[in-house]
Amino acid sequence: MALSGIQIYKLLPQTNCKECGFPTCLAFAMKLAAKQVELAACPYVSEASKTQLAESAAPPFRLISLKGPGTEVKVGNEVCLYRHEKTFYNKTGLFVRVKSSQADIAATVAKADAYKVVYVGMEFTVDGFAVEADDPGKFADAVKAVRSATKRPLILIAKDPAVLAAGAAALPGETPLLAGADASNWEALADLAAKSKAALAVSADTLDGLAELTDKIKAKGVEDLVLEPGGKSLGAALAKATQIRRLALKNFRPLGFPMLTFPCNAGDPAREAVLAAQAITKYAGFVVLDKFVPELLYGLIVLRENIYTDPQKPIQVTPGVYEINNPKAESPVLITTNFSITYFSVANEVEGSGLPAWLVVVDADGMSVLTAWAAGKFDAERIAKAVKGFNIESKIAKKRIVIPGHVAVLSGELEEELPGWEIRVGPREAVDLPGFMKQALN
Amino acid sequence: MPVEIPKDKWAGKIRQVTLGATAAEGGTRAKTVTIGGDTTMPYMHFESPTPHTPVIAVEIKSRKPEDWSALLGETWGEAMNNPADWAKAAEAAGADLIVLWLTLEDSPDDAVKAVKSVLGASGLPLIVFGPGQVEKDNELLVPVSEAANGEKLVLGICEDKNYRTIVATAMANGHLVSARTPMDVNLAKQLNILISDMGLSLDRVIMDPTTGALGYGMEYGYSVMERLRLAALQGDAMTQLPMMVTVGFEAWKAKESKVGSGVPESWGDWKERALNWETLTATALLESGASIVVLRHPESIKRVKTAITELMTA
Repeated sequence: MALSGIQIYKLLPQTNCKECGFPTCLAFAMKLAAKQVELAACPYVSEASKTQLAESAAPPFRLISLKGPGTEVKVGNEVCLYRHEKTFYNKTGLFVRVKSSQADIAATVAKADAYKVVYVGMEFTVDGFAVEADDPGKFADAVKAVRSATKRPLILIAKDPAVLAAGAAALPGETPLLAGADASNWEALADLAAKSKAALAVSADTLDGLAELTDKIKAKGVEDLVLEPGGKSLGAALAKATQIRRLALKNFRPLGFPMLTFPCNAGDPAREAVLAAQAITKYAGFVVLDKFVPELLYGLIVLRENIYTDPQKPIQVTPGVYEINNPKAESPVLITTNFSITYFSVANEVEGSGLPAWLVVVDADGMSVLTAWAAGKFDAERIAKAVKGFNIESKIAKKRIVIPGHVAVLSGELEEELPGWEIRVGPREAVDLPGFMKQALN
Repeated sequence: MPVEIPKDKWAGKIRQVTLGATAAEGGTRAKTVTIGGDTTMPYMHFESPTPHTPVIAVEIKSRKPEDWSALLGETWGEAMNNPADWAKAAEAAGADLIVLWLTLEDSPDDAVKAVKSVLGASGLPLIVFGPGQVEKDNELLVPVSEAANGEKLVLGICEDKNYRTIVATAMANGHLVSARTPMDVNLAKQLNILISDMGLSLDRVIMDPTTGALGYGMEYGYSVMERLRLAALQGDAMTQLPMMVTVGFEAWKAKESKVGSGVPESWGDWKERALNWETLTATALLESGASIVVLRHPESIKRVKTAITELMTA
């Protein structure tokens, strides 16, 4: 639990020596509580106080970082139960499973590894791969084959410590996730995780069992743990995930770790999709999918981006010029803001109409037209800057822009900012755009 | 190590609302559907049982829609030509409720005829939506309400602009209303207060907080629903109504579902993607508190139904 400024003050020397740069120890304590300074700025704090302060400052969910030779995935450090309370920070890692008995492992992985999909102007990929030892004898070779085809982080799935060790040995200098430890093999796996500097997933049927295992493993010096809570039905999995999240947020340390789920074992692709969706909305750090299926992966990536958006800062579209229905030099230039919902409403209406257009998305700090205008983020200056900056002029025959009806008031100023351009006032609502384009823009 | 499971104890409770009336209750429905009554956040069975299973409503139109995705056209086929056939097909596909959406082309007589034919074809409780233009909604829903007196229909869309007319006719004819507000906790609460002030018992009101589809603003609806549910459990009487969301309408508007060509290859197989779009949106919103999800595709109905059964299993 985070300490208040007063509680921190009691742990400080209380000499007001000013060497930290603040006039009093209390002032320094207040800054510490607000996480605006480091404790190291105090030269005289006791070791006992340091330990106590460090513990209180530890996040309720440990940050776990899996590293491959090329990329890294970080999960954990979450601070709330509902996204509107603050935000969900470290996005769920989506991993694709490969089985060691499979043929053509390298080719299968290479295909998934090359996957790229664009959503709201940003590019997304698979986050990593999981290798499962269904044929233990082939495990080490399978891990090598996967590693030859991707530089992303890996999850290694086996119960036998010797098999896992052979797989981990193929990944020198990386941080994979070993999955996993249970009541039967935890000692050997804890040793292996310590030796190979891997993170370790822990499973048990009950939360009591999980907490007991993480405590024992931590006592052996392994701190980077991940919980595999399981749950036979969607309802049971939801209850467990929620209980763990609540307990960890109350600073119950034995369960203060990110979670790992295996929708890949759903037994049916439709059920896998629902399990994976629940895992993303309800607190999972890592999600392992059965195979590379773009029509599922894309939906899950979009869901994750939605849920992990900061509710105070809506999803933004990258400002720029967007081409709709293959516009030509004579096609109209429409102006809107970079709030994703605004962009989608406009783009969908125009696209659905079949009419070609250039859509200039202005950087309005991700706000909708009226909000941005009221906040001074969508004014003549910003619009002019976008029109000039994106050099739309080079693509069109007629220097004319259409601004949203809600900001009709800007047209005079825009004429000054954009000499030689015709400024037209469009409809207020996106739904009326196609009609406007047909009737008024010829 | 014994772990003490943290359980939330709430003062408030979601109202229990019953849709439809059987012959004994003054209507003609074969059965009624009851939703709400919850005393926990969604599916927290370890705190208290979820009294009523959330339900699936299937959206049909009074006239064959011209702008629906070809995927929907191929699955419903001929049934789309006539609301009675469509309602039967929807019931066969697993619907718990029917949502009949009237269109701008309907005259009041057409609307009454469509509603009567659906009531005759299916014994499920019925929700009737106007086309979504305030004046037209009033023009169609008032005669529908009168013609179906006693059926305990749900009438919508009841918004701040037309709630007076819709609520008055619902009160006069023994129906319910669906109170729709655009993704905002306070607006939802305000409309419920206005409706309640007119004298309609809140046991006859469902909230439609509105949502966007996956990728198109769903997260706003998702968080507004979580906040409404939390406010309700904390004891705010004006948010204690069960929620309905029109998932199919939103999800099938998205380009991801609607079209199969001219889209990035990285989006994958069209049909599965479209079903995922509807199913994932529905699942997320059920888990944020929806008691009714309105869907369009039979395969999504099946998938979401399975998910609901599993969610109800502790």
